[in-house]
Amino acid sequence: MQNFIDAYSWINIRFLLQGLWVTIEISVASIVISFIVGTLLGIVRYEQIKYVSAIVGFIIDIIRNLPLLLIIFFTYFGLPNIGIKPEIIPAAIMAMSIFESAMVAEIVRSGINSIDKGQTEGALANGLTRWQALRIIVLPQAIKNMTPALVSQFISLVKDTSLATIIVLPELMYHAQIIYGQNTNYIIPMFVALAVLYFIVCYSLSLLADYLHRHLA
Amino acid sequence: MVNLIATQWHPLLTGLLNTILCSIIALVGSMIIGTLFALLEISENRVLRVIGRIYVEVFRNIPLLVITMAFFLIIPMYIAKINGFTAGTIGLTLYTSAFIAETVRAGINSIEGGQLEGALSTGMTYHQAMRYIILPQAFRVVIPPLGNQFINLVKNSSVLAFVAGFDLMYQGNLIANDTLQTIPTYFIVGIMYLIITLPLSYYMRHLEKKLA
Repeated sequence: MQNFIDAYSWINIRFLLQGLWVTIEISVASIVISFIVGTLLGIVRYEQIKYVSAIVGFIIDIIRNLPLLLIIFFTYFGLPNIGIKPEIIPAAIMAMSIFESAMVAEIVRSGINSIDKGQTEGALANGLTRWQALRIIVLPQAIKNMTPALVSQFISLVKDTSLATIIVLPELMYHAQIIYGQNTNYIIPMFVALAVLYFIVCYSLSLLADYLHRHLA
Repeated sequence: MVNLIATQWHPLLTGLLNTILCSIIALVGSMIIGTLFALLEISENRVLRVIGRIYVEVFRNIPLLVITMAFFLIIPMYIAKINGFTAGTIGLTLYTSAFIAETVRAGINSIEGGQLEGALSTGMTYHQAMRYIILPQAFRVVIPPLGNQFINLVKNSSVLAFVAGFDLMYQGNLIANDTLQTIPTYFIVGIMYLIITLPLSYYMRHLEKKLA
């Protein structure tokens, strides 16, 4: 018990919360980037543009089927070999965004696919251009269908930022490791704290998803 | 790159085998645990339902790395010495079981209620109805999502690299550090992962289309 009281000193808690803040910053940046890039890629893949869609689709499939850890290693340890040397935080955001964009693209594509073809045909018949039909008619309906999958993808993203400890990104997991590295009595209290903090962030995201799902539908 | 394969094929191959072994053990383990918790989640007993719900939410909302590291560091302190591979596989199993529980639960819920009523009215007990009528149908529905879980499992097994589990990612990282040929090494490692995950992923998409 004493271990817990010592481990949760104000200094340690503050250090953990600083880590949590970095986790949230990296997650938000990657979510925003991967949402935009992923949506665009998903549309490109759906639109069946000659050659382009096939190539984009193949690249998306490759990235989706690689471990995120490998992509993190590649951006931080691999890129310097060809002359690009990103700092830790940009490298982490880059790796997360590359991986998550591919995941989002797939969700967007299947979201658009789930909308009945008659919707597009109807819109075109009413004189809308293809782009207008997609933007005004199809996408708003597709987003409703996509929300649950997107949010659970973003929850994974928040959890996956912990993998970036390997490139010493100063996020929550890394800060906890520093604390229990100094005193092994703190191992259990730190893992309890990690579990609680990650749980709070991820579970509130999934509650938000439920709320959105109920109010959009 | 050819040179790299020629000199490092042995650690790479052991890594690949460890990754496959760990993924298969974790898949079998998490299917069993996941199905049990899915059954808890839909049971008539409120206490069992709450237990199932808590298990699933806890393991779904905590990073795999935290779970794995916790097992790797805490079990040796109190229970028994375990190596990174075991700790990693346990962590992976528990983490994945929460997702499989959700998948199986959705599968069971997708089976029409009349099936259960019909089974019960022909004199089956609840357990018999679940075992012979509902679960076999539910498993057919959940094969594509379960396949996707397996792909995730193979990818997530790279977390073993954090606990010296001698999986593909760990070996690849060692080789990259030794030879300093980071890009070719990661390229080879990536292709080795894709050999497992890419065909599976295309097959699952094909199955999804066929079932839909």
